[in-house]
Amino acid sequence: MNEEIKAIWRSFYDWVVGNGPRPENEVIPDEPPPDLPFTRKPKDKFSRFHEATLKERYNQWMEIHGLHMFSALYSGISVLTCIVIVSLLLATVAELPPFGDERNPANNEVIRRYVERGGKETGAQNIVAGLILDYRAFDTFGESAVLFTAAVSVLMLLGASRRNNADDEQAMKGNDSGKNFMQRGPPSVRLHTFRRDDAILRGVASLSMPVIMMMGCVVVINGHLSPGGGFSGGAILSTALILCANAYGFERVHSFFNERTFITTSSTALMIYALSKGYSFFTGANDIHSVIPKGTIGNILSGGLILPLNICVGLIVAGTLYGFYALFSEGEI
Amino acid sequence: MIDSFAFNIPFISIFMAMIAAIITPLLPKRNRIPEKLSCWVIFIIGMLSAYLLYALTNSGQSLSFNFKMGHFPAPYGNELRAGPLEAVLSLFFSFSMLLSLTGNFSSTEEDIAPNRRQIFCVLINLLMASLLALTYTNDIFTAYVFIEINTIAACSIVAVKESPETARAALRYLVMSLVGSGLVLIAICLLYDLTGHLLMQNMHTAIQALVATKSYIMPLTVSLALITTGLAVKSALYPFAFWLPDAHGSSTNTSSAILSGLVLKGHIFLLIKIFYRVFGLDVIHILRMDTVIFILGLLAMIMGSVHALRQTNVKRMIAWSSVAQVGYIFLGVGLNTPAGIAAACLHIIVHACVKPMLFTAAGGLSNAAGHKKGLHALMGTFYSNVWAGLGLITGAFSMMGIPAFAGFASKLSLTMASFDHPVIVWSLAALAASSVLNALYYVPAVIVILTHNKNMNNNFSAPPPTRLYKISMTCFLAMNFYLGLFCMPLLRLITRGVNVL
Repeated sequence: MNEEIKAIWRSFYDWVVGNGPRPENEVIPDEPPPDLPFTRKPKDKFSRFHEATLKERYNQWMEIHGLHMFSALYSGISVLTCIVIVSLLLATVAELPPFGDERNPANNEVIRRYVERGGKETGAQNIVAGLILDYRAFDTFGESAVLFTAAVSVLMLLGASRRNNADDEQAMKGNDSGKNFMQRGPPSVRLHTFRRDDAILRGVASLSMPVIMMMGCVVVINGHLSPGGGFSGGAILSTALILCANAYGFERVHSFFNERTFITTSSTALMIYALSKGYSFFTGANDIHSVIPKGTIGNILSGGLILPLNICVGLIVAGTLYGFYALFSEGEI
Repeated sequence: MIDSFAFNIPFISIFMAMIAAIITPLLPKRNRIPEKLSCWVIFIIGMLSAYLLYALTNSGQSLSFNFKMGHFPAPYGNELRAGPLEAVLSLFFSFSMLLSLTGNFSSTEEDIAPNRRQIFCVLINLLMASLLALTYTNDIFTAYVFIEINTIAACSIVAVKESPETARAALRYLVMSLVGSGLVLIAICLLYDLTGHLLMQNMHTAIQALVATKSYIMPLTVSLALITTGLAVKSALYPFAFWLPDAHGSSTNTSSAILSGLVLKGHIFLLIKIFYRVFGLDVIHILRMDTVIFILGLLAMIMGSVHALRQTNVKRMIAWSSVAQVGYIFLGVGLNTPAGIAAACLHIIVHACVKPMLFTAAGGLSNAAGHKKGLHALMGTFYSNVWAGLGLITGAFSMMGIPAFAGFASKLSLTMASFDHPVIVWSLAALAASSVLNALYYVPAVIVILTHNKNMNNNFSAPPPTRLYKISMTCFLAMNFYLGLFCMPLLRLITRGVNVL
């Protein structure tokens, strides 16, 4: 049917154009297959010596000079933006209330209560510890969770994949499926070569490491009595670990602190923080009597939850900072 | 008054997500225990949010309440706040998150190496917790802390799929996102110096007093501009949106769905809270920030679609369409009226339901085409994965704003909100132009997937969609049609929520 209509149409067309009747055995070429949508077809060049169009000349010019121009423009605009933002911020800071003036809006009833009644209400001699671990403990929980998030992210991106590379490839050979396998990074290269006979470093480390450890523990445990606390104490503890790794090699640290211990300590410490502070938040919000004693100000066992929370934060910070160092220098904890 | 269980729900939801994240690394990896735990926790959070919403709407006069975190009342300690708007948002956020997880379950297992899946679940739970905290918080510094968690977790779920493109995209996302965080932090410092508070209503009182006496206007303007820019970078408002298509287009489908549908929205809702509860709409108008937001919203609506027109990769096309949709939301915010903000919130919900569905559908279709993502490769895939095809068609119609589909409801309410506003001509013209542009790239995609592919090689047989995929897609479709057909009760609820915000 279709062919007949086509034949009639063709004869009609021939009659209009005046071609006369077609031969019976004419072969009509098939139509070319339609282009796939959303694909670009390279344009044919009809003549060999065709003159470059303006666009082609522009493209050629851009290919040679484009990167250079772009980087010049980019740095120019960046400098300009920085100057504008810096001058804007400086002008803003100049307009702010004068620093240290007692009539500043920041010196209000909130600060007054923290300073005047902080010790009595939280049981902590160190007002800052009472502020961050009792008044605003939810923010500090969030901050510890930021460290935890960063630690697990870095561990996932740098640690886990590299180490199990060999296992995975073995497993893949076993069951080759049509899955698109991701390109893997190069195997971990030891960036830091450590000398086994560095006597000076080892000697100093063996002398100073216990002191640093003790210092860190004191700063963490006395966090509610004296300046310091979990964040600063944890940072000190992590320096002891990093020193140990540098002096004796990462293998020595592995014997007591590996990836599993790292994950377990961080999670457990944060879990203790979450559960104990969750109890405290719950009782506080619902006006239920909390069983946690405040203790006498100045005693080592005082400040309610602040001491255990400081220890938790200290463990998380120490583990995270050492973990970052080990992962970035070594590719594994 | 609401009952004591509902009163504790904001706290319980945040802590449940947090504790699930913390406990996941300690769990055994076998039997998909981490994945199941995340899904169940998010499901329970959704149910709790639904109950909270029910309790709030039946509570009589007081539609919102404050929850003090600890033993100290608000300006001294931290505080959460819950109203109908927060409850609705956390309800839709959690169910959308759940469906994005379940719908892309199999593609996640293909894309992510086995030893990374456990930590992927940790990051998903942390994202959920941070979204809930951003929704419920009444304290601007708590918001900043959870923005940080959100940033790190969001960049990591882009990088979790190992490929050169995702590494590049994640790095770019991280840099842009950190610029945003930095701007927000500077703005919070400036605001604290000017007001002496971090709690939203106390800041509001102080800022109103400052504006009434016309003192410190310049630092106030700068801090508002910084906080708006920071959150606009994070929520991909147009001139700052060039990181988005890379990050959302190259990552695994679950990550794309969650990032596009939810992570952007958490920051936008925070910005709405800052406009409404910290500065106040009158101050925003005096400081001219509403005009800036409005113009950028218009620009995003048009430019996002123009960029989407040029894409040949289906996921990148959907990602650029997100930029246009974020423009709609900012258009509503820029109207600077309660009705405009209610319409923006409705569009947040609509987009949080439709965009994960589109990404899930695109993932299913490209799976059916043998993991090819080019639009031409998807020809005829409707017939090999009908559920995904239905999802893409429904999502496309919804984004175009065809009546009875979800996008229609929010576009209608945006139009209605701009009616008693001097900018009506601009917003109507932009809405019309953007809808036509949406159609220009979504309709060809629909036609392509519906066209029978004659030269498809029959050797390749795609795996059929799993049961979980079908169930999730059905839920997505149901949510979509619910929003399209019965949005009025929801809009009334949102309006009540905005009024007590």
